[in-house]
Formats: sequence, C-alpha cells, structure tokens
Amino acid sequence: MYWQKDFECMPEADIRALQLNRLQKTLERVATHVPFYRNAFTAGKIDVKAVKSLDDIRRFPFTCKQDLRNNYPYGLFAVPLREVVRVHSSSGTTGIATVVGYTRNDIVTWSDLVARLLCGAGVTADDMVQIAFGYGLFTGGFGLHYGCERLGASVIPISSGNTRRQIQIMQDFKTTALVCTPSYALKLADVMMDMGINPNGLSLRVGLFGGEPWSEAMRQELNQRLGIRATDNYGLSEVMGPGVAWECEECNGQHINEDHFLVELLHPETLQPVAPGEIGELVITTLTREAFPVIRYRSRDLARLLPEPCSCGRTFRRITRLLGRSDDMLIIKGVNVFPTQIESTLFAVDGTEPHYRLIVDRENNEDKLTVMVEVNESIFSDSMKTQKALIDTIKERLASDLGVGVTVKLVEEKTLERFDGKASVVIDNRKF
Amino acid sequence: MPVEQLAVFLENKSGRLAEITKVIADSGVNIRAMSVADTADYGILRLIVDQVATARAALKENGFTVSAADVLAVEVPDRVGGLARILKIIEEAGLNVEYMYAFVNKSGDSAVMIFRFEQMEAAIAALQKAGCHLLSGDEVCGM
Ligand SMILES: [Zn+2]
Repeated sequence: MYWQKDFECMPEADIRALQLNRLQKTLERVATHVPFYRNAFTAGKIDVKAVKSLDDIRRFPFTCKQDLRNNYPYGLFAVPLREVVRVHSSSGTTGIATVVGYTRNDIVTWSDLVARLLCGAGVTADDMVQIAFGYGLFTGGFGLHYGCERLGASVIPISSGNTRRQIQIMQDFKTTALVCTPSYALKLADVMMDMGINPNGLSLRVGLFGGEPWSEAMRQELNQRLGIRATDNYGLSEVMGPGVAWECEECNGQHINEDHFLVELLHPETLQPVAPGEIGELVITTLTREAFPVIRYRSRDLARLLPEPCSCGRTFRRITRLLGRSDDMLIIKGVNVFPTQIESTLFAVDGTEPHYRLIVDRENNEDKLTVMVEVNESIFSDSMKTQKALIDTIKERLASDLGVGVTVKLVEEKTLERFDGKASVVIDNRKF
Repeated sequence: MPVEQLAVFLENKSGRLAEITKVIADSGVNIRAMSVADTADYGILRLIVDQVATARAALKENGFTVSAADVLAVEVPDRVGGLARILKIIEEAGLNVEYMYAFVNKSGDSAVMIFRFEQMEAAIAALQKAGCHLLSGDEVCGM
C-alpha cells in the first residue's frame, strides 16, 4: 500500500532531477537566510549557483551536532520565527540542547512522510495505533501522531511510561499497532508475562519500532513473543524526526524518502563515499525543509546502501537497518571494525542474541583483537572436537567479515557485565 | 541402553570444579563418574550422576551451561587385554569414539568405561553382537 505513489514509485531519473532542483533551491535559500551557511560557503569560496549535479554536494562543508549547539537556539532557522509553528529539541546527554523548527508546510510534509512509513508497515485507517513514544520536545511522539491522523488511523496518544497501564489500555482499547522503541516493546512483553496476559489474546498485529539500533534477532523475538510483524523506521530530530527512511512490507531494508532528503554514505574517517554495499555514515541534506534546512548533516549513524530495486515497486533506494554509531568504530591494524558487524556475525553462527565483549591490545606494536563470547546451550557441546570446530567457525567468519584476524574466547554464561542501552562493548587497552 | 550424561562448560579459573561439585552435592545428587577435557582457555566437564534432572536443574540455576548427551557404559572384564578387546571390536566396526573415560566403581569384578560415539545405534549393535554387556541407567545408578 502506497501513500503517495507518484513520488514513492517515481522513475529513478525523475527522482534525481527533482533532488537536484530541490537541492539548488535549498542551497540558495540557506546562503541567503542563514549566516552560518553563508559564512561557511564564502570561506570555502563555494558558489551555490554553480551546483549543476548532485555530486556537487561534495564541495560543501559538513554540519555537525556541535554547529547546531553553537547556534542555539534559533541561529540556523531559515525563516522568521513568526512563520514557525512548532519547535522540537533534543536534550543530548552532553552539553547544550539543539533546537529545530517547523513551518506549517514542514508539518504537512512530515505528516505525509510518516503516513508513508505507516502504509509501508501495513497500517490503515482501520487501525488503532498506540503511541508509546514520549510526547514533548522529542520528535517521536508528535511525529507519529500527526502521520497517523494524516492517514486516518485512530491514535491512542498514551506517551511513554507506566507499562502496566500501557498493557491495560492495549487490552481494553483493542490496540492493533504499537509505536515505541524496540527495547520498550520487549519490556512490554516481559511485563505482560508477569501480569499473566497472553499477547495472542490481544488485537496487536503490527509494531512500528525506531529510535535506537536493533537486530534481526530482536525482530524475531518481538514477532514471536508479541504475535506481531515488527517493522523498522529511521529518523533523527536534527533533520526532521521519524520518517527519513522506513521499511516497506518486504521488511528488507528501509526506503529513504529521497524526494525530501539527499543521503550520502561516507567513510567516517576519510569522509569519502564508500563503495556501494559498504558500511558508511549517513550524511543527510534536507531538500524541502523550510524552517530548518540542514546541509550535509553528519548523523553518526551507520548503515549500508542496498542498491538492488525492491520488489514492492517503490523506487526510493534502501538502506539497511542501523548498524551502529560511527563513534563506536575501532581501527584494528588499519581496518575499520564496527561492533555491530561482530554482533551480526555471531548471530549468524549462534542463532541467539549474542553477549560479547571486544578487547583490543597492542602486543609487539601489533593490534590484537579478542572477542569474548558467552557460551550458551545452543553453542555448547560435550564433544571437544565439536566445540573447537565451532570456535574455529566463529573465528573464520569474523576474520572474513571484518577483514582482520581475531582470537575468540568462550566464557561462562552471564559473566560479561550487562549494560542498559547503548553502552560500549569495547575494552581498548591500547595506549596511543 | 544408552546412559544420560551431563556436560558442563567451565572456564579455566581456579575453584570452578569445586563449585560445580558442591552445587551437585548440595542438591543431594551423587556423582558416579566424571572427566574433564580442557584447553588453555576452557574445559568441558562430563558427569554421570544418579539423578540427572535434579543435577541439571541445580547447575542451570547456578548459572552453568549444561548439555545432556547419550553415552554407553560398557563393562570391561578386569583382566589383561580386557579393554584392548573392546577397542578392537570398536575399530573393526569402523566406529569413531568421541571420547572415553573410566568409572570409579566396579560392576562386580568388572571395570566400567564410558564411551561417547558419533554413531550411537551402530555402536550398540556392534558391542552387543560381540557379547559386551552395556549397563542401563538404573544399573549405573545402583553401582
Ligand atoms: Zn520496498
């Protein structure tokens, strides 16, 4: 089911032409209305009128989170405040918050882009959508809310927290679609079990999860435990909020809303484009935002581009699920290694959500990567031959997936410390 | 005919083996035979106990990773060449022994060896055909 078929299924050449046209307008607008960009372009001797192809974007400087902080609160707005109908803000765990603004048109566009993701997940006007994202300065709650109303689905704006009440309402209101972070969905499943509620007795059928990286293993677990189809979507408040990219009914990669965003995948160190299919940082330029356009925003989020066309018929290119943050990248013997790569390799061998720790040492001026993996019943064998073969398999797969040799150590179950959320699984003992 | 054996994963840290035997003793289970295979990093402890389910539950509750597997308990006549004869039967039948270890107690005048085969059914057939006595789980517990 498409929401805006004319755009979602637009021929590739038309998309690129539309992107170029909108890019040129956006660049001219920020050069005129936003001193930060005007100064940066002048300093780099870049003429926005000379932009003739999408590749010309590479001549422009990046925008980082710190630039947003430096211009707190309204320094990067491209319209007068009287045209702004909404502001959102992300607190950020470190330092000053960032503020983004929306004109009336921005809100309409945002609602349409979220309606696209809802349609892609199979949500219709008949659905009862429970939005358990926080409402407030965070973009998650309101973003999904406006999209649902645009689509015509019924919204339960319950916001986050109070898990037992969430479940009660889910039961009483016959919720069919759940919006929250994947980790909160798991918590809901746990609490349902404590309350003696069988999820199969609920009306729930689809989950729209986002806001944090998650794995295929977690998707399978959520599908099974909640009896739903769990779908992924991606967005970040600095460029809009949810609705930047989203999974269609194929659940195989997230279509980028390319008519509204120009997304580059760049190597986090060299900042050069990665080869198609390689992991890169998503660098995003907005193409239609009025109040808060951003040029080449470094998201720090990592993904791969999926260049093959999707069988759903949409022509927007797809990215994989988020594979981690570029801040977590390790350089081992000059090779870039991302913890999430290790996670997916382990999942492929093991079939369960792996618990692991990466230890980096430097011995005789050479980097040494050790992966400690917790044993569990599915990979433990009473036969030493089988056990050694499994460790060798993990080692070989990791070496081939990462491009760097590793040592694999099995450790006893539940001996690696558990962290809440996105804590680092890396212990780097190297001294530089 | 096969006997159920438990295997426990253990890191090579001092005191782990003692902890495991304590957990089993505290659950009121007797260990009949055990062996450890180890590498520099980790070991695999194999146990024959008189109450498999109880021991397994106690170990899991204490955070150990446990797996169960079928093994054969073969009576070995306690005389020169007793074991050699059984190994010859195994070899002639083309069976692969994953591992083997000895029982502490005797069955009458005979020693008992635990064998883990890749092909369990073929092993049972070959040993029985050659007249070997395979002990049942109950016999093992009663020793
Ligand atoms: Zn698709």
